Amino acid sequence: MVLGRVFEDMCAQMYYRGKMFGFVHLYNGQEAVSTGFIKLLEARDSVVSTYCDHVHAVSKGVPPRAVMAELFGKATGCCRGQGGSMHMFSAQHNLLGGFTFIGEGIPVATGAAFSSKYCHEVLKESTPNRLDVTVAFFGDGTCNNGQFFECLNMAQLELWKLPIVFVVENNLWAIGMPHLRATSDPEIWKKGPAFGMPGVHVDGMDVLKVREVAIEAIARARRGEGPTLVECETYRFRGHSLADPDELRKPDEKASYAARDPITALRKYILDKELASAAELKIIEKKVDAVIEDTVEFADSSPLPPWSQLLENIFADPKGFGIGPDGKYRCEDPKFIEGTSLSLESCLPANHLHRCLIPSESSIRPNSIKVRHG
Amino acid sequence: MIHQNILLLLLPSHHIAFGAQAKVSPFSPCQANHRLVAFFPHRLRSSLSRPIALASFDSEILQEGLNRVLPAGSVLPKKYSTSAKEITVREALNSALDEEMSADPKVFLMGEEVGEYQGAYKISKGLLEKYGPERVLDTPITEAGFAGIGVGAAYYGLRPIVEFMTFNFSMQAIDHIINSAAKSNYMSAGQISVPIVFRGPNGAAAGVGAQHSQCFGAWYAHVPGLKVLTPYSSEDARGLLKAAIRDPDPVVFLENELLYGESFPVSAEALDSSFCLPIGKAKIEREGKDVTITAFSKMVGYALQAADVLSTEGISAEVINLRSIRPLDRATINASVRKTNRLITVEEGFPQHGVGAEICMSVVEESFEYLDAPVERIAGADVPMPYAANLERMAVPQVDDIVRAAKRACYRAVPLAAAA
Repeated sequence: MVLGRVFEDMCAQMYYRGKMFGFVHLYNGQEAVSTGFIKLLEARDSVVSTYCDHVHAVSKGVPPRAVMAELFGKATGCCRGQGGSMHMFSAQHNLLGGFTFIGEGIPVATGAAFSSKYCHEVLKESTPNRLDVTVAFFGDGTCNNGQFFECLNMAQLELWKLPIVFVVENNLWAIGMPHLRATSDPEIWKKGPAFGMPGVHVDGMDVLKVREVAIEAIARARRGEGPTLVECETYRFRGHSLADPDELRKPDEKASYAARDPITALRKYILDKELASAAELKIIEKKVDAVIEDTVEFADSSPLPPWSQLLENIFADPKGFGIGPDGKYRCEDPKFIEGTSLSLESCLPANHLHRCLIPSESSIRPNSIKVRHG
Repeated sequence: MIHQNILLLLLPSHHIAFGAQAKVSPFSPCQANHRLVAFFPHRLRSSLSRPIALASFDSEILQEGLNRVLPAGSVLPKKYSTSAKEITVREALNSALDEEMSADPKVFLMGEEVGEYQGAYKISKGLLEKYGPERVLDTPITEAGFAGIGVGAAYYGLRPIVEFMTFNFSMQAIDHIINSAAKSNYMSAGQISVPIVFRGPNGAAAGVGAQHSQCFGAWYAHVPGLKVLTPYSSEDARGLLKAAIRDPDPVVFLENELLYGESFPVSAEALDSSFCLPIGKAKIEREGKDVTITAFSKMVGYALQAADVLSTEGISAEVINLRSIRPLDRATINASVRKTNRLITVEEGFPQHGVGAEICMSVVEESFEYLDAPVERIAGADVPMPYAANLERMAVPQVDDIVRAAKRACYRAVPLAAAA
């Protein structure tokens, strides 16, 4: 959580210094939700986020250096500078983005959960009671969006019962639109039972309470019992984005939530229960500061992407039919159009997430087919 | 000969075979067969005295009958080959889906009515029984939701085929087609590709009104990151669908409802289960030397008919079946224009910012000096599709329009008495 907070504060500093640009949305105040859920996940579980995804990325294990470099738009970023603040993807860490349209990530998360179920049931490739779980994070504004309801419905379908947890980070504001003005029934957790799944409300400013709920929701999903809707009541200390003057929120509301800062609360808890001393916590904070300093230095000194990167990666395979065993584009083989038989496995350049592939294929790294012009 | 005629009358219509090896499958609605049977009684008396060669349709009577009975603008080719097998586009698509699903267990089909209803247009007939409800998924009416689910599944290497009942409904899911499917490989710098196929009927059907008749070729072909395919014949349908399913990138596969029931001859090679057509290559359906006509989907049939009409007037038209509008086969189009020096583009969709505009610009950019006449663009009318049948006919290009445009391009507004 501290890493997330310091990271975001540094982002703000860098933005105001002009190193970061475009849209940047900070997560200050909501760290309990991200940490509470993501730290319980395994490496093979997936996380789908919104444009407010820096801390989700860092929690999931994406190196802070890669995230910061991505924000600076450098070639060493997790997406080589192509995605930016709002589109963090990491195949290695099963971080599936980074979606800007609210509600857009929810069907993609549902699809990832679907693939987990499919691999288990159709391809018989995972162990029972050990489905890979997907956690989808989104906000209160999204809960009025059609795609949210469509996915709550489909995840819970008789035949489907997908291993997904829908986590609502209800910070009461969608830019300048308060949740209470925008929603006819503001209690979001109630929308779960309307679709036949459990709906839980939890105090999103308390990481331990979030963790308790998360343990159960993730275990449910992993066992194959289906989705859960968790509403975390939380608050963002900064504006919607760094360009938001944040004039509509009242100071006393902000103050009351600032008093419930999750990091302060956890620190107090740790000191009260004597799980660690104040000095040890100070060491952790210093370490985090050092990590972030290093991160900024790394990002600063990283090169910008080469111009040739502009046209790369539009397609996994611009010419169609993949790469043959001889390493050449298959369609350039003059015999190809005669309809000679194709081996399907070699048709697949394996730059997608490896859940359903046999181990030998998953060792093919995309770098072997790096330069692709669309 | 005479007993042949009587035999035909007595047989149930769907058993009539055109030629020795033509296969008539239970899937095809056998429209032409029905009409022939209906036709026979009228002409039976006169035909009794005349032997009718049924093996090929060079027969005058049958040809006349077909011309009268079939709707204007039928895409049936005029000559049937006796040795080639014929299948409908519907069968071609069904067999392609079947073969790809059986070859790769990661392929699955998802959409409205694809399972128990056997497909809204019966394209996925029989697949539910064969592959089960886990691979042929009936979805609720939630295009945005299930298109996104398809993308999420594709992220993990599954190969979803998302069927839209018509592409008009894809507008509800267009966020996922473009923002999550098309752009993901680029945004993630090659980490995550999306091997998904979005397919369904596109363009105008017959009398279905404004909201069910739009052609989305230009919309999807505009977006980098998508491959957009537009099959015409059964061979196209089979080859391109198989290619699309095997392709590791998002493919938008635009079929046409009116073509589903049309039969086309297919070679044995096309029926082989490993048959694939390359994406991004156009086909020259008919060679010519005076004017190039490019078309895709149903309009290819119209262009071929127009080429027939033009040939009787001394203009030899080259008809290019684009097959793929993104990537567009600029090489073939330009090579053809450099040969003929005149170009007509035909499409069914709205004219502004359409496929024809792109082809015209490609030719201007690469073969300007070779053009002897301005490029003619035939497109649908710039109006939402009206319902009334006569207005609908005016809102979609007809064979006459193509013929007139070709003559304009050849500076022959009045037909010549004899070719020069």
